[in-house]
Amino acid sequence: MSDEVILRAEQVTKVYPGTIALNNVDFNIYRGKVNVLVGENGAGKSTLMKILAGVEEATSGTLILEGEVIRPRGPREAEQHGIGIIYQELNLFPNLSVSENIYMAHEITSGGVVVNHAEQEQRAADLLKRLEQPISPKTLVANLRIGQQQIVEIAKTLALNVRILIMDEPTSALSNAEVEVLFRVIRELRAQGVSIVYISHKLEELMQIGDYITVLRDGYLIAEARIPDIDLKWIVENMVNRDAATLYTPPEHPIGSELLRVEDLTLPRPGKAQGYLLDHVSFSLNAGEILGIYGLMGAGRTELFEVLMGLHPYGTGTIWLDGKKISNHASVEQRIDAGLMLIPEDRQREGLIQTLTIADNMILASLRRYLSGFFLSSRKQKESVSRMTRNLAIKLSNPQNLIGSLSGGNQQKVVVAKALLTSPKVLMMDEPTRGIDVGAKEEIFDIMAELAQQGFGILFVSTELKEVMAIADRVLVMSKGCITANMTRAEATEQALVEASAIGHEIVKTGV
Amino acid sequence: MEQAQNQLVSSEAREKLKSQQGRIAFRALLFQLRAFIALILLFTFFALYSSSFLQANNLIILAKQAAINAILGIGMTFVILTAGIDLSVGSIVGLAGMVAGGLLIDGLVLPMFDVVIYFNVWIVMIITLCVGMLFGLVNGIIITRFNVAPFIATLGTLYIARGLALLSNNGATYPNLVGNPELGNAGFPTLGAGRFLELPYSIWIMIVLGLLAMFVASKTPFGRQVYAIGGNMRAAKLSGVRVKTVTMLTYVISGFCAAMVGLIITSQLASAHPATGETFELNAIAAVVLGGTSLAGGRGTISGTIIGAFVIGVLNNGMVIEGVSSFWQTVITGVVIILAVIIDQLQSRLQERKLI
Repeated sequence: MSDEVILRAEQVTKVYPGTIALNNVDFNIYRGKVNVLVGENGAGKSTLMKILAGVEEATSGTLILEGEVIRPRGPREAEQHGIGIIYQELNLFPNLSVSENIYMAHEITSGGVVVNHAEQEQRAADLLKRLEQPISPKTLVANLRIGQQQIVEIAKTLALNVRILIMDEPTSALSNAEVEVLFRVIRELRAQGVSIVYISHKLEELMQIGDYITVLRDGYLIAEARIPDIDLKWIVENMVNRDAATLYTPPEHPIGSELLRVEDLTLPRPGKAQGYLLDHVSFSLNAGEILGIYGLMGAGRTELFEVLMGLHPYGTGTIWLDGKKISNHASVEQRIDAGLMLIPEDRQREGLIQTLTIADNMILASLRRYLSGFFLSSRKQKESVSRMTRNLAIKLSNPQNLIGSLSGGNQQKVVVAKALLTSPKVLMMDEPTRGIDVGAKEEIFDIMAELAQQGFGILFVSTELKEVMAIADRVLVMSKGCITANMTRAEATEQALVEASAIGHEIVKTGV
Repeated sequence: MEQAQNQLVSSEAREKLKSQQGRIAFRALLFQLRAFIALILLFTFFALYSSSFLQANNLIILAKQAAINAILGIGMTFVILTAGIDLSVGSIVGLAGMVAGGLLIDGLVLPMFDVVIYFNVWIVMIITLCVGMLFGLVNGIIITRFNVAPFIATLGTLYIARGLALLSNNGATYPNLVGNPELGNAGFPTLGAGRFLELPYSIWIMIVLGLLAMFVASKTPFGRQVYAIGGNMRAAKLSGVRVKTVTMLTYVISGFCAAMVGLIITSQLASAHPATGETFELNAIAAVVLGGTSLAGGRGTISGTIIGAFVIGVLNNGMVIEGVSSFWQTVITGVVIILAVIIDQLQSRLQERKLI
């Protein structure tokens, strides 16, 4: 079974001020294999990747590429060694064509001056053919779907003749169908001898695609194994240092009377396009109930929340909250006053303000509550901040630090705290567990269940089946802007959810 | 298990960590206080180098000049914190002066009633401030309701306000604004010439506005929301911040500050000239930037801006009394501004690498 190691990181240590991100970590990349790297947030995965890709230099330790010690001093030097990286966030220029993106900063020129577009397009077409993707090199990247853009990113690294390709959470924005395509591409690359380092939080994926797995925790190497020798339980145990989280069961919470009723919520497609993003959606939510909304990308889940929150001027429908009607023209802050609050999907872009402190982020939506006279009372602010920090068990050293100093899970808790401080009646949580680690996920579930016990109504959206099934009392399935199923916890099996989410799609796929 | 691991941390790494943390805290402090340190260094330099710099008269001249820039900078800081910019303030300074001058000399002419109304000096000043705020409101409306980029919107009103200032008296000055006791509008020059506790009124105005602005910025919902909008407009909106209203108000504040400066200068000179205030907007932006406020919005302080205005003030004043050519002064001011931004960039780069 002795596969050949192409790149070995030996005793790599990285010291950042205040933390030791990596502590004498050994990491092997096997030739022509998919090497999976897992760990909770803050385990040191990104740091290790950055060192491999030449973005950061290790404080101590060596990188040995095919028997030779290398010291890449920047991404370009790493590229010359054949190491390429695809970041979680796509780095493409939407205003340029596919071929221009692929050869950005490595343009093929005639005489070193003029870009040879014909040659670039020819070669780009060859690369895309190798990836079995029917994308024209002349297409603008802006016109591609996210999955196709990801393929362009891969083509970009292939154009550099990479031997080692690092992919940081490549599937976080992809639909199931796109993930399939990506996996096929990965398997082909592997067959062509490219070694792949694959980072993901989605454990099922890792089992499917990986050959080797390495687990990091708190900057230490915990274990390395061949995927065929292990199972999911092994991964979770090693990641979180405690028994595998069995299927989450929320604590009992009694369900009260109707809190929110939505009738005929409609959002037409923008511009001249026909049809609806939200097609006459009606449902109701009771106090103390956790209502999960499941659906594929583009099913209208996020739009549903946005219309409820008043973010789409052309959204119409009737919303009754606690017996009171909310006007279609009500502004965001009027809706917050009425008791609706959104916890948006994208923490960085919509949930938090990076230039502000933890405390300021937390109190932002409820500033009026801390007024004494004209001024904000620091006593009232402090009291609320420390109460929330305690209640949600947010790990922070000082609330006056910038929000960026917290880990992903704790940042998400700050967003939840901000929402709770507005005294909402209904909380809308859009992918509340995206990009946070297993341990923090469970804590977020606990918080949701606890809030339900206190009589809040909770609407939450997730693309992860297991999550929806674990926490929801009732599940609505959406597809193409319509609600295609309304199931109780008992009815909501994987099979049923997947089938309902595919209604209206040409290709009906069942099973996972 | 975890403890066992902690003990495995090499003592070398631990040592590094410890010594780094101390240095980092010190460096971070230096960076935070950089504008203040620059001010002290410049001040000390000129105090040692020139005998007349420290004389009370000179210091008051210095402070009067810096106060003009600081007051404009206070308004500009609010605007820049929202990631906007207000290029129209210099023109509003000129227009405000002409409004005040016109009301004092010509009065308010109402042809349909065939009357001319002369206002008391206080009312003249209030009307002038209202004109400034009105222009700020127009800026705010163009920017928030019609989605015009702040740079373009205020570039437009820069021309409009200057044009109106020139139109108001056909390009001529309103001279000798002492007023007429018979008309009940005497006493306007007092604003520029008067003193309280040895300090000219303009300095007191700066102090009062500065303190007020600091409180507003840090202690009111409005202030917090200004920072939020500049940091992440989308997140602010989702948190229920009335983004348009708050943004609009920052331009009203900036217009108010500009009109205040217009009144002060007009009163100091006891005459209103339509070209007054040209390029003041650039000085104000320079003060804001020197004070460490980020043009990208969301980061910065009022106190920094006031310090920034004084850095420029000390630099100019010191060079004047040292007889440095005014052409060189201009060059050096430019160099200082660029240095300030380079240091700012250095700070964020070090922060990114967690070195401060």
